[in-house]
Amino acid sequence: MSQLPNSLEELRRAFGPHLNLAPPGGWLADPVPDKLVKTHCCFCGQQCGIQLKVKDNKVVGFEPWEEFPFNKGKLCPKGVKRYLQGNHPDRLTKALMRDEHGFAESNWDQAMAHTAAKIQEIQAKHGPHSFAVLSGVSMSNEKSYLTGKFARLGLGTRNLDYNGRLCMVAAGAGNKRAFGVDRAANPWSDIEGTDLIWVQGSNIAECSPITTDYIWRARDKGARLIVVDPRITPIARTADLVLPLKPGSDCALNNGILHLLNKWNLIDWDFVEAHTHRFAEAVEAVKDCTPHWTSNLTGLPVEAIEKAARWWGEAKTSMLLHARGIEHQSKGADNVSSCINMVLATGRIGRPFCGYGTITGQGNGQGGREHGHKCDQLPGNRDIENPEHRAHICKVWNCTDEELPRKGITAQEIMNAIHAGEIKGLLLLCFNPVVSLPDTEFTREALSKLEFMVGMDFFLSESMQYADVVLPSALQEEDEGTTTSAEGRVIKINKAVDCPGDAKPDWEIMVDLAKRLGKGRFFDHFDSSRSIFEELRKASSGGTADYGGITYEKIEANMGVFWPCPTEDHPGTPRLFEGGKFFHPDGKAKFYPTPWRPPMEVVDEQFPIWLTTGRVVYHYLSGTQTRRIGFLVEQCPHPYLEIHPRLAERYGLAEGDPVEIESRRGAMVLPAKLVTTIRPDTVFIPYHWTSKLAANQLTARHLDPVSKIPEYKVSAVRIRKTTPDRFSPELAELQRMAFEARSNQSDIPEQVF
Amino acid sequence: MPLVNEEYGFFIDPQRCIGCRACVGACAECGTHRGRSMIHLDEMDRLASTQTVPTVCMHCEDPICAQVCPADAIKRSEDGVVHSSQKPRCIGCQNCELSCPFGVPIVFSGLEQMLKCDLCYDRTSEGHRPMCATVCPSQALLYVPKTQIESLRKNKPLREFTIGSLHVKTRNAVMVPDDDVPLHLDAALLIAGGF
Repeated sequence: MSQLPNSLEELRRAFGPHLNLAPPGGWLADPVPDKLVKTHCCFCGQQCGIQLKVKDNKVVGFEPWEEFPFNKGKLCPKGVKRYLQGNHPDRLTKALMRDEHGFAESNWDQAMAHTAAKIQEIQAKHGPHSFAVLSGVSMSNEKSYLTGKFARLGLGTRNLDYNGRLCMVAAGAGNKRAFGVDRAANPWSDIEGTDLIWVQGSNIAECSPITTDYIWRARDKGARLIVVDPRITPIARTADLVLPLKPGSDCALNNGILHLLNKWNLIDWDFVEAHTHRFAEAVEAVKDCTPHWTSNLTGLPVEAIEKAARWWGEAKTSMLLHARGIEHQSKGADNVSSCINMVLATGRIGRPFCGYGTITGQGNGQGGREHGHKCDQLPGNRDIENPEHRAHICKVWNCTDEELPRKGITAQEIMNAIHAGEIKGLLLLCFNPVVSLPDTEFTREALSKLEFMVGMDFFLSESMQYADVVLPSALQEEDEGTTTSAEGRVIKINKAVDCPGDAKPDWEIMVDLAKRLGKGRFFDHFDSSRSIFEELRKASSGGTADYGGITYEKIEANMGVFWPCPTEDHPGTPRLFEGGKFFHPDGKAKFYPTPWRPPMEVVDEQFPIWLTTGRVVYHYLSGTQTRRIGFLVEQCPHPYLEIHPRLAERYGLAEGDPVEIESRRGAMVLPAKLVTTIRPDTVFIPYHWTSKLAANQLTARHLDPVSKIPEYKVSAVRIRKTTPDRFSPELAELQRMAFEARSNQSDIPEQVF
Repeated sequence: MPLVNEEYGFFIDPQRCIGCRACVGACAECGTHRGRSMIHLDEMDRLASTQTVPTVCMHCEDPICAQVCPADAIKRSEDGVVHSSQKPRCIGCQNCELSCPFGVPIVFSGLEQMLKCDLCYDRTSEGHRPMCATVCPSQALLYVPKTQIESLRKNKPLREFTIGSLHVKTRNAVMVPDDDVPLHLDAALLIAGGF
């Protein structure tokens, strides 16, 4: 049983998070590296180019990579300090197995043999699909691809899904139904030449900081910026128009805009008629979405809505960018479609400085979702239920159609099935559901019910604490491979150092496990990331996400290659849809009508305040890496409750006061942070932390019926002032760690200066 | 080619700053700084705005820090760069820290020496831009040939400041903000129906 082996405090003492404060050898060590390795930052979908300084097989620092065209040397604080995830005191270097005292270091062979035996036992008893895999898209394309193949052919389970389900999946669904393909339509260079930038539900300055410079450069040339978000985020500070709408009302705003575009005849009729379908249906769905109606639902003034529609309608060129703010909703896919409807109605896509894109959040959020660790997908963004698509993959994989499982259930549904006792075993890698899934308590209950859980990770994340076996895997810099950035640019990750101890790249572990499960024939030929990529090329060939013509050498020679790239002499495709050609069989785009529906949970007398959650610039996803890096913890050690002073006044709250926030799922106590930059009917909590400090204690397991993304961005809560003794002891511990990081400036000898 | 010369200018534009502190973190990573950052980044008034302001040394033409140094430990080189105090001379008296109109120098406890931004002398002398201006995601810190600034930015660079009774001319420039930048952002004023 996967009960926690020790108290959380004991686990923290043994496995952290502890802070890495300084490079290997301390700040006094000789800073001259043996070599510089050109690679990319592991934190976020921007995938900035960076050079890692390597000395004695350790990453000791970084050097900006100014030639890489996307970021030209620029890095956010996570990129600057990313090197400190290596040589870390918490790093797992030996296999761990559970015994009566907790986790014990184990012989690799023994851990693997036990894992294989338990998998076989569970599958023999409960069927192949009773063993599930949950993985993540911070992994390379090669590892993502292999995870998909391992789950389907190594384990024979259909129940495989990934943490992109919590990230870009609503955007993917919206893009596929509109365009027949799931990728940002433009290279980022189109942003800087555009006239109007519409940013909706994207805290760009904190979640994709490098995009800021693209937007500022456009504005230097006269572009206008519209920002739609319940909070006035740093990117919105100087925006030309700020629309702080009610959480969960994005689709209402965009419907209202489409209504006005149609009413004012600001439609590109030539484009609509030549290149799209279903415009009439989309307009019919918004016929009642007058400015007054829109104002009622969004809480925005009529004049602001009309101004936004006028600017959007009259712009000559434009870029619409959105992110998790609109996607993390129970109508995430519809919100995305409502944005795309605005773009298609004005015909501004598929040309220079005209386009649209979701800003993918996770490190390999784009590539990871294309190559098959999504429950309904096969490599090349193929459909697992499509007979032709299956036949292509069966041929590449040398398996029969019967051997290839069909569509499984999604990430939250897998957790629900574990909780219900339908799924008995789990392989978890690159995913920390205890922090990142909604309704934390439910997730903890679910993991406690597993008969057997095996995890692969480099740190013992809060979810790995439930594992029976933990296999130490590789950091990004310990293996080579490719990722695909938010732009759709396939780039090369280069190996800087070897794995420490017994740790191995995830693909090696899966290949080993497949052999032990008697499925070696599908995996025997994989002896390197390159060998996996060569098969991925074949598997993706002919799919929408076609990597057939991409090689490692071509990527390095061209600083990345944009897919689709079907043949080796093909230059790649930075901008999609040129000439109004879309990826549906008839070449046309489709409007998708988005009739309004409210969020699954709305405020009421009992829970009268909207809660929305999100990221801060100093942390990445569930914080497994960034909560272990001194500088980042120093800047933002713990979560807080962002609240408008007018709302705070009603509850007698001053800055720093302890406030209890309660939803139908749970309650937590945080310090209040008073800001006028948030709607007064809404509060915000950053989500990167765990246990009593996890924002997801409050969020609900409400899913978008189309994409199955949870509604992290909209919950109803109530608050009350409480007493300082209600603060979690973890808060004090994190403040102590921040102090420790701040104080770490003692070891500098005088002679340095 | 060294990038510290008359041709290159350092331009600071707080309007673009997103407060991410990449500059602060990167400054500490510079080869000679060894974990100490010489950059200050301040929230102006987080209650009212997300405005943040990075402060790096302005490299004054006649640096006040050097004028008030009783040990004559602070030197300005011919290329206009004002350097950290010279260790053998610095007595850690903090006169420089107290007198700088921009609040730049830091006398580090334990070291008893003033250290400050030297425009990344080690990097610029080898043809690299200063670390902070290289990494800054919003390019609120910008290091380019001075002749390019007009084509790159619509705001004007300012190199002369009157602070109290002091009139200061500097090597580095601050970009003059737009007239209409709001200092107080209030979502309550942008929504319908009041609260």
